[in-house]
Amino acid sequence: MLRYLALRLLQALAALLVMSAIVFVAVYAIGNPVEILVSPQADQEEIARAVAALGLDRPLPEQYLRFLARAAAGDLGRSFAFDVPAIGLIVERMPATLELATCAMLIALALGAPLGLWAGLRPRSAAGRSIAGLSILGFSLPTFWVGLMLILVFSVQLGWLPSAGRGPTTSLLGVPVSFLSLEGWRHLVLPACNLALFNLALVTRLARAGTADAMRQEYVVFARAKGLGEAHIVATHVAKNVLIPIVTVAGLEFGSLIAFAVVTESIFAWPGMGKLLVDSINVLDRPVIVGYLCIVVVLFVAINLAIDLAYAWLDPRVRGALA
Amino acid sequence: MRPLRVLLAVLLLSVLAARGAELRIGMAADVTSMDPHFLNLQPNVAISMHVFDSLTLLDPEARLIPGLAESWRPVDATTWEFRLRRGVRFHDGSELTAEDVVFSIERTQKVPNGQFRAFTRRIVATRVVDPHTIRMKTAAPYAMVPYDMNSVMIVSRKAAAGASSADFDSGKAMIGTGPFRFVRFARGDRVELERNDAYWGRRSQFERVVFRIVPTDPARMAALLSGDLDAIEQVPPPDLARVRRDPALRVEQKVSWRTIFFFADQRERAPGLTDASGAPLARNPLRDRRVREALSKAIDRRAIAERLMDGAALPASNLVSPPVFGYARDLKPDVHDPAGARRLLAEAGYPRGFGMTVSAPNNRYVDDDQIAQAVAAMLARVGVRARVETLPINAYLTRGREGRFCFALLGWGSFSADLALRALVATPAPERGFGAFNWAHYANARVDELLERGFGTLDERRREEIARDAMRAAMRDYAVIPLHHQITSWALRRGLSYPGRVDEFTLANFVRRE
Amino acid sequence: MRSLALDFAASRVALAAAALLVLLAAASLLAPWIAPQNPYDLAQLDLANSRLPPGAHAASGATFWLGTDDQGRDMLSAILYGLRTSLTVGAVTTACALALGVALGVTSAWAGGWFEALVMRIADLQLSFPSILIALVLLALLGQGLDKIVAALVAVQWAYYARTARAAALVERRKDYIEAATALALPGRTIVLRHLVPNCLPPVVVVAGVQTAAAITLEATLSFLGLGLPITEPSLGLLVANGFAYILSGQYWISVFPGAALVVLVVAINLSTDRLREVLDPRSRGLY
Repeated sequence: MLRYLALRLLQALAALLVMSAIVFVAVYAIGNPVEILVSPQADQEEIARAVAALGLDRPLPEQYLRFLARAAAGDLGRSFAFDVPAIGLIVERMPATLELATCAMLIALALGAPLGLWAGLRPRSAAGRSIAGLSILGFSLPTFWVGLMLILVFSVQLGWLPSAGRGPTTSLLGVPVSFLSLEGWRHLVLPACNLALFNLALVTRLARAGTADAMRQEYVVFARAKGLGEAHIVATHVAKNVLIPIVTVAGLEFGSLIAFAVVTESIFAWPGMGKLLVDSINVLDRPVIVGYLCIVVVLFVAINLAIDLAYAWLDPRVRGALA
Repeated sequence: MRPLRVLLAVLLLSVLAARGAELRIGMAADVTSMDPHFLNLQPNVAISMHVFDSLTLLDPEARLIPGLAESWRPVDATTWEFRLRRGVRFHDGSELTAEDVVFSIERTQKVPNGQFRAFTRRIVATRVVDPHTIRMKTAAPYAMVPYDMNSVMIVSRKAAAGASSADFDSGKAMIGTGPFRFVRFARGDRVELERNDAYWGRRSQFERVVFRIVPTDPARMAALLSGDLDAIEQVPPPDLARVRRDPALRVEQKVSWRTIFFFADQRERAPGLTDASGAPLARNPLRDRRVREALSKAIDRRAIAERLMDGAALPASNLVSPPVFGYARDLKPDVHDPAGARRLLAEAGYPRGFGMTVSAPNNRYVDDDQIAQAVAAMLARVGVRARVETLPINAYLTRGREGRFCFALLGWGSFSADLALRALVATPAPERGFGAFNWAHYANARVDELLERGFGTLDERRREEIARDAMRAAMRDYAVIPLHHQITSWALRRGLSYPGRVDEFTLANFVRRE
Repeated sequence: MRSLALDFAASRVALAAAALLVLLAAASLLAPWIAPQNPYDLAQLDLANSRLPPGAHAASGATFWLGTDDQGRDMLSAILYGLRTSLTVGAVTTACALALGVALGVTSAWAGGWFEALVMRIADLQLSFPSILIALVLLALLGQGLDKIVAALVAVQWAYYARTARAAALVERRKDYIEAATALALPGRTIVLRHLVPNCLPPVVVVAGVQTAAAITLEATLSFLGLGLPITEPSLGLLVANGFAYILSGQYWISVFPGAALVVLVVAINLSTDRLREVLDPRSRGLY
């Protein structure tokens, strides 16, 4: 077990290194970020001085090595645009994105599992087939278009919900959150639903396939033969066997939710990490781009590792293989 | 039940009262830092102007007026003297003295990556004559010192000693003399300010002002329509009609100092130019004045202003807007004349036209990429086959500097025609600071000579005459092809009013209740 | 093949979806002939026609059935050409990613050893990352252009094909017919190309269907964020993005129609692929 953990950690570090190198080189080749940082009324001397001050005239490998040394110490550089540590900037925005992603994940699970279960239990019924059809619709719709439609219907036409921003936040343990106030919820609903749609469809389909599969298994036939009620069978046996893989997949998809939040945050002007990334790409804020990707890699690797370990612990077959 | 009802009534009243005393304004761009000497970005400067003052200010027509300096005069050819207003206090109660001015000037030079150095570079020495008088010395006669001082915010020497930008963001060093005190900065969300009751100038009618950062156009509009905001800046042009129709809102508009124009590359060989069939050209057609005139005549400025910009643009003939110092009233925008354009092209030796790339940024000016497309379509109709290329502003500025564009769009906001001409049209000469943004490498000795003369002239009226002459010389030769001046729009809920400003800023202390 | 087609057609929904897909493909192929206007030709655009509602008439007498956008482009034509771009991107991306992925996947299953380990490591690394992040960074580096988008999408998608092909190849490898071919001392390349690859294709085809839809959606998303194709040749995503600013003022047609076209296209592909998957993999039957 320990060996497994060590191996996975090593893999994680390797992934981190490769990613940071790729991104660093990629961003360097885009253009000269000096332009955006020099006053429009400035002259050539000013610009030359700025280049030297920002260290942009040094050779590429040297810049990268300096970056690595600082990263090891926890310093991912200072944002060109804000002149604050990049990591602080990203961490500041993380709660907003995490809140959005968590909300979306909960919506997807809370709605998707029951719907999928139902469709799997009665695959030929009208409800079952329409759920199946709608789930295909769900993961076909591009996120940005759904967001647009939501704004059009709920903000412009009906005027029920705000179309952008996070609204006033309340503080939970020093972290600003939206879900503790009504105003916060009003701002959270549309973006969360938008982000949740794809995963909702996914969870529905998984639940449906898993349920249909489980219902064919021998233990269900046996339980029915024993005379147990249908509801009892579903609740006690089928649900558990269906839900565990779903939750696992959902956990792995959490990372993907954080990534796709980029689109949702752009449309709804939600002040999270994704929007920061898109803005930073436009402004060539190198440290923030590199910092964001590094943090996301760490997040992903951590999530994957946690799920791997949890699964290994839960599933006796895997546990046996590892021992 | 009575105590409960009283309590509710009190709560309701206090909420209403609180709302009544608070002004919520929607900003169109992200504020990145509170440090007034760091980044010269419009939104950052906008906030600085509320918490700090500078020696000279601009009136709504972008003309220089006294600020913290009551008066100023040139003592000799290379020395300016500023007399400070008396009795001005910082937000912490300490009195403003010349020492604070010296400290602020020196700080602009010391801030890492500071973008305000250019405004204090020319000052080689400062001398405190008395606590309310300061003298600044330049190396050579330089008329623009009072103008440059407009961009230098005066901070408190005590509060900002050794302060970093982070100290400003947190509020520790945000002690100024301005109409508002700093309360809070929530990055990406809002800036909260509170009225300075002891302000020396125009006091705000509102106790509290919240600047909410909403860069997304539809979001800003939606917030105003739903009552979430009291006022917004930069109304998206397509929504102007809707705001005008709405009885609960009102629109204020003002011609901005920002002028959108095109560079036409003047070098022997320029990238992106081909002949009508796509083969490379022997010579650069844009060097011929007739070709530039043809291109200018091919553009239908009125259609762009009315249909693309929804009336939020004024066709331009000058490089600076009408209210700006040095505007030449006798120049008129070129009339749309496609037949005339074709004729000129044929005269210049291009009867079948030629091929060209139109370049523009896509995230900087209002409808910048749309303008480029529309202009390309208009050029195509007179035989100039145009390809459109758009880039984010920072990549765009880099490539423009490197000379990678043959026909490039740019916007420029200046409060003085000679400053604009110096940057954009003067023959590049880095040691003098001439032609820093002259991407087209245009060179006109007469224009250069006029500008030199103007900057050495300390008499304002004479300087303006020279500036007008320079503008005429440049525009008649089509140094650049001016397109239009942007018209800035503000939308407020009915019951509020704001006299628009040429420099596009939204100053909360000038928002009045009617 | 015939029985496959009949099985497929047994589901009316899937049949309708497939028919719609063929219709859209035909329309986009014939776009230069059936579209009222060439929306990419700048000389044909007139600002006087900008933002007209559906059904409005141009000065020349032509009708703009779906309205015009802010440059005066006819929406119907723009959607037809946009569909063309989307389908081209989808088809080319799938073809390249499939070729690359299958080649690498089958070869790694056949060769084994360090090659397999290396390829699969890279594929795993890439798959653990959401496609949108990889695409964003690649496009920020490569810039605008159809070829660059396809390159970015192929770089994102090859891993799916490689994984699937390898899994299928590992299973097929153990089967009798491969043993027989090896015993006959046929050269490895022949075995792989003529026997192994064709039998690995069915699961790959299903992946291809899903990934085509994903490629089209991803290209639209990137265009929406402003990182895709140049603005004078707008794809559906860019048309939607352009129209976003006008939604509040009631000019919905600039965004809604291209978005609807995109949705119809992607849904048609997904419905067809779903049915195909059921037909090819009998175990997943009984659900319709």
